[in-house]
Amino acid sequence: MANANPEKKIEPWNDPHATPYVRIERMTKKFGDFVAVNDVSLNIYQREIFCLLGGSGCGKTTLLRMLAGFEVPTSGTVFIDGEDMAGIPPYERPVNMMFQSYALFPHMTVEKQVGFGLEQEGLPRADIRKRVGDMLEIVKMTPYAKRKPHQLSGGQRQRVALARSLVKRPKLLLLDEPLGALDRKLREHTQFELVNIQERLGVTFVVVTHDQEESMTLASRIGVMNHGEIVQVGTPTDIYEYPNSRFVADFIGSVNMFEGRLIEDEPDHVRIESGELGGTFFIDHGVSAPPGGTVWVALRPEKIALSREAPLGNENRARATVKEIAYMGDLSIYLTQLTSGKIVRVTQPNTVRHPEDRITWDEQVYLHWHPSSGVVVTQ
Amino acid sequence: MARQAYVSLGELISHALARLIEGVTHSPPYLWSQRWLRQRGVRGRGLVIGVPYLWSLLFFAIPFVIVLKIAFSETQLAMPPYAPLIEWLGEQALAIKLHFANFTFLLKDPLYTRAYMTSLEIASVSTVFCLLIGYPMAYGIARATPAWRNVLLMMVVLPFWTSFLLRVYAWIGLLRSNGVINNVLMALGIIDHPLVMLQTDFAVYIGIVYSYLPFMVLPLYANLEKMDLTLLEAAADLGCRPTRAFFRITLPLSMSGIIAGAMLVFIPAVGEFVIPSLLGGPDSLMIGKVLWNEFFNNRDWPVASAVAIAMLVLLVVPIMVFQYFQGRQMTAHR
Amino acid sequence: MQRRSFFVLTMLAFGFAFLYIPILSMIVFSFNVSKLVTVWGGFSTKWYAALFHDAQMLNSAQLSIKIASLNATGAVILGTVAGLVLARFGNFKGRTLLSGMTTAPLVMPEVITGLSLLLLFVAMEQAFGWPQGRGVTTITLAHITFSMAYVTVVVQSRLTTFDEALEEAAMDLGARPAKVFFVITLPIILPAIISGWLLAFTLSWDDLVITSFVSGPGSTTLPMLIFSKVRLGVSPDINALATILVSIVTVGIVASALWMQRQERIRQRDVQMALAANE
Repeated sequence: MANANPEKKIEPWNDPHATPYVRIERMTKKFGDFVAVNDVSLNIYQREIFCLLGGSGCGKTTLLRMLAGFEVPTSGTVFIDGEDMAGIPPYERPVNMMFQSYALFPHMTVEKQVGFGLEQEGLPRADIRKRVGDMLEIVKMTPYAKRKPHQLSGGQRQRVALARSLVKRPKLLLLDEPLGALDRKLREHTQFELVNIQERLGVTFVVVTHDQEESMTLASRIGVMNHGEIVQVGTPTDIYEYPNSRFVADFIGSVNMFEGRLIEDEPDHVRIESGELGGTFFIDHGVSAPPGGTVWVALRPEKIALSREAPLGNENRARATVKEIAYMGDLSIYLTQLTSGKIVRVTQPNTVRHPEDRITWDEQVYLHWHPSSGVVVTQ
Repeated sequence: MARQAYVSLGELISHALARLIEGVTHSPPYLWSQRWLRQRGVRGRGLVIGVPYLWSLLFFAIPFVIVLKIAFSETQLAMPPYAPLIEWLGEQALAIKLHFANFTFLLKDPLYTRAYMTSLEIASVSTVFCLLIGYPMAYGIARATPAWRNVLLMMVVLPFWTSFLLRVYAWIGLLRSNGVINNVLMALGIIDHPLVMLQTDFAVYIGIVYSYLPFMVLPLYANLEKMDLTLLEAAADLGCRPTRAFFRITLPLSMSGIIAGAMLVFIPAVGEFVIPSLLGGPDSLMIGKVLWNEFFNNRDWPVASAVAIAMLVLLVVPIMVFQYFQGRQMTAHR
Repeated sequence: MQRRSFFVLTMLAFGFAFLYIPILSMIVFSFNVSKLVTVWGGFSTKWYAALFHDAQMLNSAQLSIKIASLNATGAVILGTVAGLVLARFGNFKGRTLLSGMTTAPLVMPEVITGLSLLLLFVAMEQAFGWPQGRGVTTITLAHITFSMAYVTVVVQSRLTTFDEALEEAAMDLGARPAKVFFVITLPIILPAIISGWLLAFTLSWDDLVITSFVSGPGSTTLPMLIFSKVRLGVSPDINALATILVSIVTVGIVASALWMQRQERIRQRDVQMALAANE
């Protein structure tokens, strides 16, 4: 999502000559006996939007706070633009943070708030006024310049918080659940705005969120965290289509997991027999897994097709009964039950209005999918 | 209009203050002293902690040490009326004369033991009464509608801000032989001759309960107000009657408020002087009065100190209990 | 929870009656022409006049006010620092001791604090020659020591409900900790500090026991004067004094309550305006 124009597609993380802007090396944070962040190493490149994604308690906010300087790591180092941040307090770091609660100063007008950071730098009045004015234009808050926070709505406050942290032109902007307090419509709108502003100003973003949809929309890369560790790092496509573990597969979007056994392991294909499926999976790429070992196949709901007629072949298919249908407007979710008893989730877009012979409850249907759809996961 | 003026005044002041601080913190002497201090390992934080620390040590902790020391010294007709504790006996040798007589005197003379016992008794009974009256009041205020709550709270706070001394004085006028209560009762024909109420232990009880009631109501109110009312709704939903719900849910949850309030009444009440002095009789023996007499009337500083130490020893445990619950109340806000 | 218990209502009524009858009786009898105070002789304001002609009374009142103001200012400075330290500086070495020392005066019987402070001043005078004699200085120092405890509690409690994210945001934007305190924290907790000042003022103004221990010749405060008068019995000019005091306190409390209500109403209006504008 972050890079819409394919010509401009830059992937510094794949470029061996690119130097990371933020280097986190083996950072650990312990609170007493509790390990919040466990030996995390990460490279973040300039002009990226990097998302730290995870459930509550996974350590993402602690990691963010260590980048900002509000928590001191128990061990490990952080380099920002080549500089070691050890011992440097938050007010001396080239980093700014946008807080989850926005943390707007209740006794200052919008103008004053946004100019606060520039005042600390000791800039002359006229300069401050100009930069504040420009920034307010960018976030479209100019008519509200003289208002105080309690006179603003939630979305307006968020824009002020953003302006306040961006006006200092930081090298790195940290955002803690930036869209959490907004309602759905506003959230979508703001997501696009955030990306536009980031591209326009060229700032590197690190966003913390528990909302995987948000991370998919915003991020150039996502780092999935669990129990204080980074479980997988990759572009949204990588994470979604090639999860490296059951946890990641299950965390992002919905997924159907089938337990099975490798019966054929070749460099260009594998076959997995699954009792849950009641049949065999044929996957058209090789996987690295111990022979005869237990593996899981992750199958996304939108990759499964429903039909009344039997498909060709006897692999990558199953018979099922439609148990539940949820109509979501743009797509329909079908919960189908296999003969083994397993419930499989299938989503189909509603491409035609009022199809006369739409599949309905208790119908016997065939599920089938393409050989490339299944992802084999070994942990 | 007026509000704008107030707001702009406030802004003016904070601007001026900010600019003043800017000036100071960027001035050469300040920066120099910062560097000097930092080189010696003194950082800003330490200084900030140090100021109230030093003050409290000097004016609160050290005086107790001095009281302890004087409790062990002999009375002298001098100014100050006690003998020095540490004397030089020629070269390099110190003699510390610990005079235990003051403490043994306290233990032997039944006056003192009776005074301590009476004080504890009066303080405890008064605390119980404060609780019995104060809890329903705090509960009523906490459960009232917001409009009423503010008014009621103001009405509790008003006596709190009025002079303690004058409120105790008010009871003299009420309890006297020709005071208000007696006059009213006689006018109504309920009694023939006036009741003796002043200069009795009864008056002391009333005085203490009256004066300390706001100290019980306010912490209790603060605690009850924060209680989650949906807990009671859940209890009702599960079939619990209101009275039982009160004893099984509300009361236990308000326990830290009860204890904090109780300690806030009990501990100072033990050493109370004004109330037994104005409302009590010559035989209302409270230890605060005893200490005062020893000091001002008998000019016996060492014995007064010994009385103080003994009182402290009695109160150490309740004081620690108070500080524990006070701390809990503070962190409960988070 | 709408059914108001009969028991609770009766206790409320009884409690407030109990609290106010003595105060009201004092007020009523301040207008009594009779010197016997509680035997009604007729309406008169002569005791108020007597009060304003009593030089001793006026002097001690002035002294009390002076000491109370000095004390309140000193207590607020020290108490705010102590409250800040206890609320924000985490678990530093010696924290329990500081916490204990700053909250113990809340409950410590005044006779103990008074005696201990006097003995300290005497010892200091013997050792360093200062403070010389007992008077305004010693009284003020003593008062600051115990008022500080109340201010600490008020400020500490206000800071624990204060959103730390505001201070972090300011630091993140480049302000050093001292700047953050004066420009961000202080303006926001100002109401708590002001109420701390008023509390310290009232406590000092009204204090008898501690003051008696640490005062000297020529420094008779108003409470000391009142006490010496009422030991001997009731005195109608004291009633007049009490009425004046109660009136001042009432006006103050009602005014501040009305002011706060008005602030709240303006704020609500602003919030609604913001919500409406963004629909």
